Amino acid sequence: MTEYLFIIIDIVSWILLIVGSICVLIGGLGVLRMPDFYTRMHASSLTDTMATLALFSGMILQAGLSLAAAKLFAIMLFLLLTGPTATYALANSALLSGHKPKMDAPKGGSL
Amino acid sequence: MTIIFALFLLTMLVITALAIVQTTNLFVAVMLTSIFSLLMATNFFVLDAADVALTEAAVGAGVTTVIFLSALALTATQEKKNHDGRGIAMIVVGLTASLIIYATVDKPRLGDPNAPVHQHVAPYYLDNTMEQMGFPNVVTAVLSSYRGYDTLGEVFVVFAACIGVLFILDARKGVGAKYVARERTGLRHHLIPQVVGRLLVPFIVLFGLYVQFHGEYGPGGGFQAGALIATAIMLYAILEGEEAALLAIPRSAQLALVVCGSLLFGLVGVLCMIMGGEFLDYSVLLADPIKARQVGIIVIEAGVGMAVCGAMLSIFHAFAARSVEAFDEVV
Repeated sequence: MTEYLFIIIDIVSWILLIVGSICVLIGGLGVLRMPDFYTRMHASSLTDTMATLALFSGMILQAGLSLAAAKLFAIMLFLLLTGPTATYALANSALLSGHKPKMDAPKGGSL
Repeated sequence: MTIIFALFLLTMLVITALAIVQTTNLFVAVMLTSIFSLLMATNFFVLDAADVALTEAAVGAGVTTVIFLSALALTATQEKKNHDGRGIAMIVVGLTASLIIYATVDKPRLGDPNAPVHQHVAPYYLDNTMEQMGFPNVVTAVLSSYRGYDTLGEVFVVFAACIGVLFILDARKGVGAKYVARERTGLRHHLIPQVVGRLLVPFIVLFGLYVQFHGEYGPGGGFQAGALIATAIMLYAILEGEEAALLAIPRSAQLALVVCGSLLFGLVGVLCMIMGGEFLDYSVLLADPIKARQVGIIVIEAGVGMAVCGAMLSIFHAFAARSVEAFDEVV
């Protein structure tokens, strides 16, 4: 019975790790492909939140009940706190310094 | 796998270095140097040099970036175009680079146990640290005991650098103590960074203290701890404004930290001489030589931490006071 449990935990952790890696990849692609500063930052914030959660949960499951798992959890908390804060601070100061988001042309308008 | 990762890191390092040279925007250059330091720290970690990696991450990516940014607040953000003398510089750099590349031909393979550097004194340190010091971190043993003279010299370099920066920045108008930020309130109006930052400051200080006093058993020591604690206080200054940070640790306390830290290190050495040993030979301090060495190392590491922390804080505050002064002159 416990064998099956370990296999299931292993599978879940690998699914989480792969999801996290895909999030990092999407974030990286987004930074390269998005049209302006704010949308790019939106893409990169995906690596801060989703990828951190998925990757670290996966790694904690891999580590099992150990000191390493506790350390990974602490690092995850730290990254989850600081990453979005940095994104917010960056967006806020960009807006305050007069960086305008790129808007679509209004419908029916001439450009 | 490690080789691929190391190669990736080194390639990124070269790209970052080229980008630093290419960019004319100084803000971008500062951010790129920060990335360079972070890559270098990862590289050190791949090479199993955790102590150096910690120093590089705390000093290179953390404190230096903040000090560069506060220096940038005093100058323009764009690099001035200056093409005079480029040719000579190119020739010098080219010659040096080709000399270094020529020297690598004779270099032993990375991690080769028969390399001369691993045959000289290193085996002695590795064999005797546990027996003579009673703790496992050889780096700390070499840094603070076997090579204590070098570290004392480094602390005096930090001391001299601090005095030099303070002298240059304050020379124009005497002691800059009166230029405390009056209008600036830090990030007081930005709720989210302030709340999160306030939450982090005590943990960074705690981690700094852990690194300070756990240096004999894990990676760390006075240099890293001093930089970490200085980072926490700089974060506090950025969040709450200059005035609040100076209330917590006033200028006199910063200078006292630098002076007392350097003095503490030197005086331990002198105390060893008075007790009948040689300069910085801690074994005479107590009856049990192993205990005595441990006590000596803890005390001098505390001195190193104090000196580094104080020096970084006073340099940071010197820049900050100067930018307030420049701001006042414009208004």
